[in-house]
Amino acid sequence: MADSMNLDSGHHEHHAPSGWTRWLTTTNHKDIGSMYLIFSLIMFFIGGAMAMIIRLELFQPGLQFVDPQFYNSMVTMHALIMIFGVVMPAWTGFANWLIPMMIGAPDMALPRLNNWSFWILPFAFSLLLLTLFIPGGAPAGGWTMYPPLVLQTGAAFPFLIFAVHFLGASSIGGAINVLATVFNMRAPGMTLLKLPLFVWTWIITGFLLIASLPVLAGAVTMLLTDKYFGTSFFSAAGGGDPVMFQHIFWFFGHPEVYILILPAFGVVSAIIPTFARKPLFGYQSMVYAVAAIAFLSFIVWAHHMFTVGMPLAGELFFMYTTILIAVPTGVKVFNWVATMWKGAMTFETPMLFALGFVILFTIGGFSGLMLGVTPVDFQYHDTYFVVAHFHYVLVTGAIYSLIAATYFWLPKWTGHMYNETLGKWHFWLSTISVNVLFFPQHFLGLAGMPRRIPDYSVQFAEFNMISSIGGWVYGLSQLLFVYIIIKCVRGGKKASDRVWDGAHGLEWTLASPAPYHSFDTPPDPSTIEGGVR
Amino acid sequence: MSQASNPDKYYVPEGSWWPLVSTIALFVIFLGAALTFNIGATGSPVLILGFLLLLVVFVGWFGVVIRESENGLYNSQVDVSFRMGMLWFIFSEVMFFAAFFGALYYARIYSVPWIGGEGAGEATNEFLWPEFKSAWPLLSPPSEYGFTEFKETIGAWGVPFWNTMILLTSGGTVTWAHWGLIREDRKQLIIGLALTVLLGIIFVLMQAEEYMHAYGDLGLTLNSGIYGATFFMLTGFHGFHVSMGTLMLAVILFRAMKGHFTPKNHFAFEAVAWYWHFVDVVWIGLFIFVYWI
Ligand code: HEM
Ligand SMILES: [Cu+2]
Repeated sequence: MADSMNLDSGHHEHHAPSGWTRWLTTTNHKDIGSMYLIFSLIMFFIGGAMAMIIRLELFQPGLQFVDPQFYNSMVTMHALIMIFGVVMPAWTGFANWLIPMMIGAPDMALPRLNNWSFWILPFAFSLLLLTLFIPGGAPAGGWTMYPPLVLQTGAAFPFLIFAVHFLGASSIGGAINVLATVFNMRAPGMTLLKLPLFVWTWIITGFLLIASLPVLAGAVTMLLTDKYFGTSFFSAAGGGDPVMFQHIFWFFGHPEVYILILPAFGVVSAIIPTFARKPLFGYQSMVYAVAAIAFLSFIVWAHHMFTVGMPLAGELFFMYTTILIAVPTGVKVFNWVATMWKGAMTFETPMLFALGFVILFTIGGFSGLMLGVTPVDFQYHDTYFVVAHFHYVLVTGAIYSLIAATYFWLPKWTGHMYNETLGKWHFWLSTISVNVLFFPQHFLGLAGMPRRIPDYSVQFAEFNMISSIGGWVYGLSQLLFVYIIIKCVRGGKKASDRVWDGAHGLEWTLASPAPYHSFDTPPDPSTIEGGVR
Repeated sequence: MSQASNPDKYYVPEGSWWPLVSTIALFVIFLGAALTFNIGATGSPVLILGFLLLLVVFVGWFGVVIRESENGLYNSQVDVSFRMGMLWFIFSEVMFFAAFFGALYYARIYSVPWIGGEGAGEATNEFLWPEFKSAWPLLSPPSEYGFTEFKETIGAWGVPFWNTMILLTSGGTVTWAHWGLIREDRKQLIIGLALTVLLGIIFVLMQAEEYMHAYGDLGLTLNSGIYGATFFMLTGFHGFHVSMGTLMLAVILFRAMKGHFTPKNHFAFEAVAWYWHFVDVVWIGLFIFVYWI
């Protein structure tokens, strides 16, 4: 039986397999990368539709369209989908497509594990999305799953827990693969300090994933046993503590936000030098900064819990470590700006999105600093200010860099150029609308509007209306992105191998579109320039 | 298919249905478990179906890999990839246990003393359970509702001590088996592995005995407040890992008897041995922090 499950043994290396089953059984990093990216794009619109519902309800004060329970489940599902279904799979998709090409390898180190990690995703999200249609509805206790509230979830509860377990397994599998690939499959001459920064940021991300996701798995396992098996981890009546869940959750949660953003740093560090036509400024300091951020990310978690009650020493410790993260983050922003200094800059779409990233992500970083100051956070915590903060770092941070990366590498993947005019439209529509969407939320938060609530007092009405309009424009603009991608896959101007005249790195030495097996034999070491050049 | 003999050429395995089938198996298991939690035993056939599917996957997928390995398809680069994969996987397991050790630590150092009125917990104690005194082991939980008290804990120097000895010895026997493999002494390999499997089985049986003692005689259950919760979660997940490890060792033993493995090429043996040592180290942590101090 087992043998019949293998595909065309013997001659598989000569050509790409055909037929639709190719996608189900594939061990090819490009096939798997494409599936990750397509999946992520689909989830982006599912999660996005939920965001549109949220903004619809918030357009005016009062309850108009949905009932509060459903509103809460939209907020919860939106977050879970965007984090676990969009940004994380997208980064793994990029890792799949790019890392073997960047390090001169034929494929990922563990190709079947790779396929397994991908196929978990549609099944895990089926489990989660199924809950929208069961009695009691989808989980509504927030993506942070705090007890005791989350323990009141109805029939959806075990689906939520198992979906999280399942997704964790996928991410760990993906991370193991990336680490084994980078440490074992580099072409001769590709030393560690020659790796492109995207690869470096993924090394660190992989480590963060393997170190933090099992902790989340443990946390939700304790929720499960608390609900069904009578344990009392998070119940003071039995000697446990609901706050303990928050500690364990955020021990995962803060590294998680860096899992979402570190590969973005890598992407931006590839795009800016290309369009500034200058080598990246401070390559080594970039590597060290990422490592420092990763280390610090494990000792700042309780900045999410300043208001929950902690000994004073704890409040101080977590404030100082949090503010310390600004140092390596500042190093990175400084280096990007220094790279552009006196460069021969052009502003193609990937560069526009990368620049948008640098500016808008920095705004999110600054609001993060404000939140990191304990006494100040007492005012801002659980308000729209926090919502504004994490959307600046996630939408104009992670999503912007994902879009930039797509425009940057799409010609290499498809062999065609995308439509530059439409790309610029996409950038300007997105950038204007995203600020209309999220900037007013800072003011709402500072004025005291709480987050995760379907109704609000009338003095918040104007800003919410503005924000909702921005939200819909932003949402609609993303349809343009899909259109541009489909058009580019179908045809368009033929892309050269190097695609961008300032592009450096092994992936640009391959043909466009890239061959099915990236490097059948190791590349010529003299073509390896290294991240510093 | 002569990649092994040509080390300059990279090896990429052919396509396989197993990844997809195994995700389906896991999906069915999760679905079945969720149904069982929601509607009781009516949901359990789905759960059982899922586990059967998973069994097929284990036999099938590992079968393919073993056959490919024995046919010499894997070059040394593949071997290193497997090793790295296994080490990172074990690291993820370490972090999984860290969550539960963290919970134990938090309960002992913070939550129980706070509920008992120490530190910042003065008001907590006064308003919630003024009678409650902080102690560890916590024989009676703060609230008398919904939790069972228990008489005493399982002491460190009885069965747990002997179990420690058993696991430590089994770490030795598996290493001895490894030496046998490297020196091409099949007999030593097989005897060493058989001893290790046997010790694993004895450990699990003794642990099961302990659980029955705890539930039956001491009244110590999952429901015995935070002590019972941390005790059974930590030892339970560990026991599960020992069982898995024993099963894997048994497979390795079986393969060794069929003549698999060479002194140079025995990734599967080493992976399982590493896993076994990991389980061993976790036990030491358990023995010290759960049973002893
Ligand atoms: C300079 C760097 C950063 C600092 C100092 C910082 C600080 C903070 C603080 C203190 C909070 C808690 C606010 C509260 O709940 O009262 C917070 C929330 C949050 N941050 Fe950041 N942050 C930084 C960067 C990032 C990045 C890079 C991301 C993700 C890409 C991120 C994502 C989030 C998210 C998702 C939340 C909200 C979590 C929730 O409650 O659901 N942050 N941040
Ligand atoms: Cu944080």
